Parts: sequence; structure tokens; C-alpha cells
Amino acid sequence: MATHHEVLQASRAGVFLPRPVSTTGFWSWVTTVDHKRIGIMYFFTSILFFLVGGIEALIIRTQLFAPDLKIVSADTFNQLFTMHGTTMVFLAVMPLSAAFFNYLLPLMLGARDVAFPRLNAFSYWMYLFGGIFINTGWFVNAAPAVGWFGYANLTSTTYTPGLATDYWTLGLQILGIGTLVSGFNFIVTILNMRAPGMSLMKMPVFLWTTLVTSFLIIFSFPSVTVGLILVTFDRLFNTNFFEVAANGDVVLWQHLFWIFGHPEVYILILPAMGIVSEILPTFARKPLFGYSVMVLSTMLIGFLGFGVWSHHMFTVGLGPVVNSIFSLATMAIAIPTGVKIFNWVSTLWGGSIRFKTPLIFALGFIFQFMIGGLSGVMHSSAPSNAQQQDTYFVVAHFHYVLIGGALFALFAGIYYWFPKVTGRLMNEKLGVINFILMFIGFNVTFFPMHFLGLMGMPRRIYTYDAALGLQFWNQVSTVGAFILAAGVTVFLVNFVISLARGEKAAADPWDARTLEWMTSNPPPVYNFAVTPVVSARDEFWARKYEGVAAKESAAALEEAKKHGIHIPGNSYFPIIMAAGITVFCYGLLYSGALAIAGLAVTILSFFGWAFEGVGGTIIYPEGDAR
Amino acid sequence: MNHTAVEHTATGMPNRKLGMWLFLASECMFFGALIATYLVYQGQSLVGPYPEDLFDIPLTTVSTFVLLMSSLAMVLAVSASQRRDMKATRLWLAVTAAMGLIFLGFQAYEYNHFIHAGLTLSVNLFGSTFYVLTGFHGAHVLIGVTWLVALLVHTLRPLDWERRALDIEIAGLYWHFVDVVWIVIFTVVYLLGVGG
Repeated sequence: MATHHEVLQASRAGVFLPRPVSTTGFWSWVTTVDHKRIGIMYFFTSILFFLVGGIEALIIRTQLFAPDLKIVSADTFNQLFTMHGTTMVFLAVMPLSAAFFNYLLPLMLGARDVAFPRLNAFSYWMYLFGGIFINTGWFVNAAPAVGWFGYANLTSTTYTPGLATDYWTLGLQILGIGTLVSGFNFIVTILNMRAPGMSLMKMPVFLWTTLVTSFLIIFSFPSVTVGLILVTFDRLFNTNFFEVAANGDVVLWQHLFWIFGHPEVYILILPAMGIVSEILPTFARKPLFGYSVMVLSTMLIGFLGFGVWSHHMFTVGLGPVVNSIFSLATMAIAIPTGVKIFNWVSTLWGGSIRFKTPLIFALGFIFQFMIGGLSGVMHSSAPSNAQQQDTYFVVAHFHYVLIGGALFALFAGIYYWFPKVTGRLMNEKLGVINFILMFIGFNVTFFPMHFLGLMGMPRRIYTYDAALGLQFWNQVSTVGAFILAAGVTVFLVNFVISLARGEKAAADPWDARTLEWMTSNPPPVYNFAVTPVVSARDEFWARKYEGVAAKESAAALEEAKKHGIHIPGNSYFPIIMAAGITVFCYGLLYSGALAIAGLAVTILSFFGWAFEGVGGTIIYPEGDAR
Repeated sequence: MNHTAVEHTATGMPNRKLGMWLFLASECMFFGALIATYLVYQGQSLVGPYPEDLFDIPLTTVSTFVLLMSSLAMVLAVSASQRRDMKATRLWLAVTAAMGLIFLGFQAYEYNHFIHAGLTLSVNLFGSTFYVLTGFHGAHVLIGVTWLVALLVHTLRPLDWERRALDIEIAGLYWHFVDVVWIVIFTVVYLLGVGG
């Protein structure tokens, strides 16, 4: 007991601020380092930004409903599509994936938390503040309008004077730092915190896709970080990086951006693939077909993803050799991707399938992702790409992979793990209505865009002439967008109703296969009273049906009950440091004094953080709780 | 779990050390992109001053030598901390930090000299790429010096040696990395840059 006493002493010995000790209420959430709470905060924040991005999309679709509409001005339209893309990529889909990483990683690994709980909280606050920062533009008449890939030299002060572009570049930097930090955190967590017996090839596929995604993050984000630094220096300190008059090369930005931007595509889709790979075996009551091939193809997709960035630049004129190489590399990615689709289908084949909402969404994912994948293969051919570049065909393609693919899988994941987080089931009937509306709405919105693109409609134009004959498919698409929005509304209704009055979930409502379902719903703060000992790939399933005995010792449980379980202490510093960095960025735009103040807070909180001491509380598990 | 300072992990490598390796891997891409930018714009400036007008290779060789020797001092600090030799640990941490400061002094002198010779951030592509690349490297050295000084101050407090040795080792990884980056910058920007 003496040791515990010392630990709690340390919790009061911070340098600037003591460790916060409350476990309930507002401040306990602000200072939390618990991966489950952080996951929940990621979830709600990303849903909020998802709705903002969705409303932006609806305004875009309304403006395009008929020729020559003037619902928004051309300038506002530029802001809308820029912020729609930026929001959906960085503030909705990525952080929604992060919500799953946060909540599930330690549970699936049989761990008590991530490797660096305070850094995890820091990542969340950087995400929230970055999202607020980049959206500040709306309120000061400076919403970014350079497109989500912000090509140089549109981002120069010559072509976008004012603060809009600075909000975009600095906002992305804030978000990027948070994302990089969580990348390091998750890799260390997965490699280092696996339960005894869980070799890499016994990990659930979701952990594999998270691992590869995190590697993609840490190797691809620095490239766009540098690109954004160069743009920021051009804008704030008059450097010449993208200044054509000084012989600056605007194509350099495209390289720096897409070396990040293409892996980013896999950062968005791999977590979704992982979720589907967890759901299909559960609802087919069969192990995942071709587990090791699945793992290898995930790695291969991650690896090849770094060698294809110039397929976004086929029309730049890099020359036939370069274009051919990038064409071939891009086509090669279709192989591991196709392998995955066959594996998923084979997982279902011969299974005793239960058609619950998570599975239905997962099937929607497979179907729609395949369509998006096939139009992707069409783009990979450089000559054909020259016809499709910057048309609605491309818009159709990436929405098929991002909504039809990533988002449908994330929804499948929400339905699947909702009982884990809340202890209640989501309503099945509303779930099916949710799916049907989203499925119809999505396909009606985006399939016609293939036609529009082939008819030559360029993306990012705020209106079109009646004589072009584009009206019909645009109207179909707009109607579809509102059906899609209705589907999302049904989801929100279902979510709220189920949260308040949903059917109480049994301990293992889906008859699942992996470790997270061995805990109660929701899990206790410490996740597992005794660290599980793993001997099978689908450990929980093996224990239930294959006679694999639990290997945790009774002595270990007694030990936990007697001495308690150490829970990392809450901390003020993650939010303070994130706030310091954000204030610094506001300062760069408005006042040097503010920037210095922000920097000072950041540096001081660094020391406060480093010397905060171990802290934490001791919790004594009760009963035979796992 | 907290009885030992260094936790048990599945790979056997402490979390923070693995985290630092991953951070450095990511930093390779960061400096890789900056150095690539420098190379893309090498010889592309439309107006002077040009590298050959300004670089003083012997002078920079001296500062490079100081920085490289600081890595030796860092190794001695890590080794001393693992031997639990408090005095030697403090000494070598101080020497490493001091050498880092000397390097930064050379850099400040060089910047001052170059600016007086007309090379500013905005005068040409050479100025933009040179200052941003070497500036970000210098910022890394400054962070390293601050870190080493903080560790030095920390060794004055009651010690948990196992934990402290790991702290110093991790700072050492960072310090060596920053040195290695400088070797690349010195070679590419200074040595190869003047002839070509």
C-alpha cells in the first residue's frame, strides 16, 4: 500500500498545476485521459462537424439544382466546396475513425489504456481547436476558398488576399500536429500493449488496419506540413517558394500535397475496411476468410499508397514515362484491394448469416466501395484520366469510396459497437430505414455524377448554362442529396432514442469474437481487472465454442482486488498546450503579442506536463469482473 | 505497474523510446521534404546573392565539427547515466548543451553576416530555401539544448535512476538525429552546393 500512497502524493506535486482529481462532471471530461471518454468526445465532435459539412453539401446541391441559380454567390460557392471537402476529410471522417481507434484499441488489445494517455487527450483538443480555428473564417468573413487541396499559387497573397487562406493553412497545421501525435501513440499502443499471447498475427484485422493507417499518418503528414509551412512563409514573410516571378515552381506544391494526399485516401478507407472485417465474421458466424492475406494486402495497400501520388497530376505534363509509371503503380493497387473484396465475400459464403443493421451497412460498403474502386481503376489510365480530370466523374468516384465506402462502414461500426459503449442496442427497425434511405439517397446523388462528368461538367463551377443539357442529372442528384440527408436524420433520431430508451443490451449481444466483448457494457474504467491471456485469433469465440480455457490466473484477480488497479491521473496540460498552440496561430493572424502569449503558454505547459509526476488513482475491482 | 519506472511491453522496448523512434522516422520525412525543396530550387535563383558568394566552408566546417563532437559528449552522458555516475552525467549533459549553443552561435553569426551581404528570406529562392531549411534545423537544436538543460536541472532532484537513464537515452536519440540531419545539410547545401 505504501507505493500507492506515494503515487497519490505525486499526484499533488505538479509544477504549475496539481493533477485534477474529480471523476465526474465537466472538469473530469476536460481533463480526462481515459481512452474511452476521449473516444466518445471524438465521436460527438466528429458527428457535429459531419453535420456542418453535410449542410454545406446541401447548399451546394441546391445551388446546382437548376441552371443560372443565384442562391449563393460564386465566392460563397468557392468557400462552400472548400470547407465541405476540408471538413469532411479532416473534421468528420478521420476523427470518426479516431473515435473508433480510441475506444477500441485498448479493449481489443486487452490493455488498460493507450500508451500515452495525456498525448491522446492532447490530440483530441488539437482536433477540436483546429476545427474551430479553421471554421472561424465563416464568422470573420474569411472562409477559405482555395479548394481542399489549395493549389499554389491560388494560395498566394496576390490571388487570395485577406485571412481566409491563412485560416486554412494554419488550421490544417493544428489538425496535423494532433493527428501525427495520435499516429505515434497508436503505433506504440498496438506494438507494445498487446495482451500476453497476442502475437501480431493473432490481432484482430481492425488493429492491423489501424496500425497501417497510423504508419501512413506519420510518414505522409510531414510532407503536407512542409508544404503548408512554405505557403505560410510565402504569405507572412514574403518568401518565394511559389512566387512565379522569382522562379518559384507551383508544381512543387502539388507534389508535396499529394505525397500526403494520396496516402490520406488510405488513411480514410483502411479503418473502414478494418471495421467491416470485424463485422462480417461476427454476423456470418465464421472466421474471416484469408486472414493473413488480408493483413498482407493491407500492408501492400499502405506501401503502394506512397508510390502513386502523381496520378493526381496526370494532366500537369510530367511526361509519358512518369505518367506510365504512376499509371502502372496505381493499377497495381487494384490487386490487394480486389483480394480484400473477394475475402469479404468468401467470409459470408456458407456462413449462417444474421441480417442485423451492422451487417447491412457492411454489405452496402462492399457494393458501393467496389463501384468506387472500379471508377478508380478507370482514372488510373493516364489518357482516360485526361478526359476525366476535374470533372464530376472524379467527384462521383471519390464520393463512392468516401461515403459509399468509408462512411457506410463507419455507420456499420456505430451500430455494431453502440451497445459496447452505451449498454443499449440501437433500434433495428429505424436502423434498416436509416440504411435504405442512405443507400438510395447516396446512389441517386452520386451515380448521376458519372454521367455529368462524362458529359463534360467541370467540378467546382457554381452554375451552368441551360443549353449544356446538364439540368436533368443535376436535379436527380440534388433530390438524392436530400434523401441522403433524410437518412442521416433518421440515424440521429435513432441514436437519440436508443441512447435514452433503447433495449438493454446483453453482455455479448452479437455473439462476437474479439476481446472487447469480454468486458461489461460499458466497460469499467480499468477495462480488464486481469489482463487477458490470448491463445487464439478470435479469442472470445474460441473460449465460447472451441473449448479454449481461460488462462488468467485466479491469483491475478485476487492481486488486483487486494492492491487495486492504477488508473492514469487526469491532467490540465493537454488542453492548455493545445490552447496555447491555437492562440499562437490566432496571434500570427492578428497580433504579435497574442502569438508570443500563445507560445509562452505552450512552452510553460510543456514543462508543467513533463514534471507533472505520475499521479492517478487506485481502483479496486469487485466481483469476478474481468 | 508503477513500482518499476520502465513498464513491461510486448516488444520489450519502453513505450517512450519506441515513440521517439517513430517520431524520428516521421522527422526524416519532414527534413526530407525540406531538403528536397532546397534541391529543387538549387541554382534557380534569378538574382544574387548566390551560395558561392556567401558560403565560408572552413567556418562552417568548424561549427559542424563542434556539433558532431557534441554527439560524442551525448554518448558519454548516456553511458554515465547508465553507470549511475551522477557527476559525470551532469558534466556531459552540460558539455553537450554548451556545444549545441556554440553551434547556434555560429549559425547566428552566419545569418547576421549573410543578411548584411544582402541575402534575406525574400530576395531570391536561395534565401527562402536556405533560411527555412537551416532555420528549422536550428530550431531543432535549440529545442534539444532546452531539453538537455531541463534534464540537467532534473538530475539535481532526488533520482530514480532507471527512469532518468531512459530519459537521457531518449534525449540522446533526438540529439543524434539532429546531428545526422546536419551532416546531410552540410554535405548537400554547403559542400556540394558551392561547386555545382
